[in-house]
Amino acid sequence: MTVAFKKPESLLDAKTIYCPGCGHGVIHRLVGETLDELDIREKTVGIAPVGCAVLLYDYFNTDIVEAPHGRAPALATGIKRVRSDLNVFSYQGDGDLASIGMGEIMHAAGRGENITIIFVNNANYGMTGGQMAPTTLPHQITTTTPKGRNTATDGFPFKMAELIANLDAPVFSARVKITDPKNINKAKKTIKYAFSLQKENKGFAFVEILSACPTNWGKTPSEAVKWVSDAMESYYPLGIFKDIWGGE
Amino acid sequence: MAEKILMKGNEAIAEAALRAGLKGYFGYPITPQNEITAYMSARMPELGRVFVQAESEVAAINMVYGAASTGERCMTTSSSPGIALMQEGISYMCGAEVPAVIVNITRGGPGLGNIGPSQCDYNQVTRGGGNGDYDLIVYAPHTLQEAVDLTYKSFEISEKYRNPVMILGDGALGQMAETVVLPDFKEKEKPDAGWELNGAKARSPRSVKSIRLAEGKLLEHNLHLEEKFKLISRNETEYSYEDGDYDVLVVAFGTAARVAKTSLKNLKEQGYNLGLFRPVTVHPFPYEELRKAASKAKKILVVEMNRGQMLFDVRLSVQNDEKIEFIGKPGGETFMPEEIENKILSCLK
Repeated sequence: MTVAFKKPESLLDAKTIYCPGCGHGVIHRLVGETLDELDIREKTVGIAPVGCAVLLYDYFNTDIVEAPHGRAPALATGIKRVRSDLNVFSYQGDGDLASIGMGEIMHAAGRGENITIIFVNNANYGMTGGQMAPTTLPHQITTTTPKGRNTATDGFPFKMAELIANLDAPVFSARVKITDPKNINKAKKTIKYAFSLQKENKGFAFVEILSACPTNWGKTPSEAVKWVSDAMESYYPLGIFKDIWGGE
Repeated sequence: MAEKILMKGNEAIAEAALRAGLKGYFGYPITPQNEITAYMSARMPELGRVFVQAESEVAAINMVYGAASTGERCMTTSSSPGIALMQEGISYMCGAEVPAVIVNITRGGPGLGNIGPSQCDYNQVTRGGGNGDYDLIVYAPHTLQEAVDLTYKSFEISEKYRNPVMILGDGALGQMAETVVLPDFKEKEKPDAGWELNGAKARSPRSVKSIRLAEGKLLEHNLHLEEKFKLISRNETEYSYEDGDYDVLVVAFGTAARVAKTSLKNLKEQGYNLGLFRPVTVHPFPYEELRKAASKAKKILVVEMNRGQMLFDVRLSVQNDEKIEFIGKPGGETFMPEEIENKILSCLK
């Protein structure tokens, strides 16, 4: 019998706490498949964020350290510097990475640490119940922008993949979405490339993933997926913003 | 016996850490500890080890948290306002039981304060500063040789108990030069004690974390940390005291104790009956030992370069406020011996 589809060895056989239609499950799987395919599971240390993915150690069959809110790139720096043989990735949401952790991500990128960053952008703070994130779209309603994000007082969203690409040190920065099989496959290819760069000691790689948060957006899973493509993608264009090795 | 050499305090502490097998140093500039960071920036790469100048104290302590979670010996150093910024990471590391060494070359506060030597961080480092119930192990050296010796052994203490250790110095200790005997180079003996993150090869995955969400688990973890600190208190409490029935027993740590020693010497030469009780670990604090020593003394004089922080531990220990006098010097300034001498004489009246 041929097995057509199975759980990656890099993931544990666990039920996640994620809401129906949440993107984390798919993204976990893509990272898990990547660790399997590049044969790096056994030397991986992942860094869990504060946010919905805080329980990463319950889902990944790899070593995991849990970071304070936003500090994952600093932990990743420490780990990779003293143990350059390990494969080190941080898995962070938008509040974690682009708000409280803006300093840590920009400086880890600026130093060109040989690490991989998986950045999940769902345009709000998920775990705390849907507050405005730095990535919340103009006019988007959240629990702290009840009349919609007012750019006059709340400012504009941060386009992290473009910001990272503008720095000199990073070697790769891209934005993908996981709305449909075709884009999920594209996202997988991008994630795998980002990890392969680290494996080959080629430098700092950043993958931003547009992901649905139906619960906090007040949408059904299918409406939420549609909103990613209709609303989010028009503000956050997909693409590769930097790839100095030219492999993607 | 090894040769005595003249070194500046900050550099002696840095060299002692190197010799203790330090693999990763992560620091951020702040006076009066800058010589440590500068020294490490040259010495660590020279020895094939890791030096990173972090973008902030917040990042520096979190780099230590990450690096130390692999089991490698790691350190950061800072001074008071920088230590305040590190409290988040220190709380996480105590919760996650990650060993590392943090040096605090204390300066005057509150706020930006000044860069003078001070002991105003006693509460910050012995009573937390970060969130939650946790304990640092805090050593307070009063000479450079003691700073070297305590720094050298602090890595093994932190690994033995899986608990961060702090070396509590001050601007005077960091900036002065004194002769020291440096210890030999050593390496960490046991690279894997069963908790370190080094890749889940031929074993189950491990996690290093302070989070405990399941009902009862955080309670259980807190009680474990409490038991651990009781064990640390039993095994590692250190102090310096020469037994005697004194008219005045001075209680002081670090640089204040160093100045008090001169004051005591001057007065003892005039025939006064005086003693010194000097906690070497200020956390755990030698409560019982001080209580015994104090019971034989007529007066207790607490001397601190702050407004009276260890004073509360002394009161807890002695349980007799009538006997306790205090002289403090806040604001990043050091005592002259005469100031302490005059206070001792007034205690004798």
